[in-house]
Amino acid sequence: MLNGIPINYYIMLCAVLFIIGVVGVMARRNAIIVFMCIELMLNAVNLLLVAFSTLHQDASGQVFVFFIMAVAAAEVAVGLAILSMVYRNFKSIDIDLLSRIKN
Amino acid sequence: MLGYTITQWLFGVLSLMAIMFALMVVFTRNPVNSVLYLVLTFFCIAGHYLLLNAQFLAVVHIVVYAGAIMVLFLFIIMLMNLNADTEPRKHIVTRVIAGCIGGVLLFVMVGALKGAEQLQLVQGGSSQIGLVKNLGKVLFTEFLFPFEIASILLLSALVGAIMIGKREKTVEEIGN
Repeated sequence: MLNGIPINYYIMLCAVLFIIGVVGVMARRNAIIVFMCIELMLNAVNLLLVAFSTLHQDASGQVFVFFIMAVAAAEVAVGLAILSMVYRNFKSIDIDLLSRIKN
Repeated sequence: MLGYTITQWLFGVLSLMAIMFALMVVFTRNPVNSVLYLVLTFFCIAGHYLLLNAQFLAVVHIVVYAGAIMVLFLFIIMLMNLNADTEPRKHIVTRVIAGCIGGVLLFVMVGALKGAEQLQLVQGGSSQIGLVKNLGKVLFTEFLFPFEIASILLLSALVGAIMIGKREKTVEEIGN
């Protein structure tokens, strides 16, 4: 027997996941971990989109998630290329260090 | 079992695991462990997709995120030879402030939900829209143009990543 789950629980879960991502971006100095926390935030939003798509029985939400995944893949490819370039030049990906490096 | 159905049990267990692993991503010092915990988080989210009857997205999520993106992260971390000893840490005050801001943000979001109407049930079991057939129909009729644009985006990202990641020639090499 498949009973439903209130949509509020999904909103709560996604809010918690999103905020863990936000805290990670603020609390970590390793640029790769910051990047991973951004992925976590994207996934929280994706999950909420799918939950609402199922709630309203509308496929548009799931198609949007599909596009978000494509954009995230592109973003990760370019972002990691930039990070590896930065590491090659400065031998560090500490974002606090990199923010002082222009002086 | 205590008046809960299987779906509700699965939802609870998957949610707890997802939140726990997400916390471990942020609080583990070793970047390699962080990546592995994020992979576990993504598997929990894929389980949620299955629970919502979005089978196609669950499979794509595992293939794209856990399979491709996280391997890329792991590859870069191992290329840079990062571990817990080289890991830079923010000052304790900064971390406490970050935690406080997160708590306040959560408080605001939960507070905003207080007035929302209760008990709109998500009925994942009988839904057919997550199947490849129905999703493909929508994707290739209503969203055909964005779909084509996404291909151009991926191509440009590919070219951009290669251009950025390419080793630049040093002065001596150009001289030769």
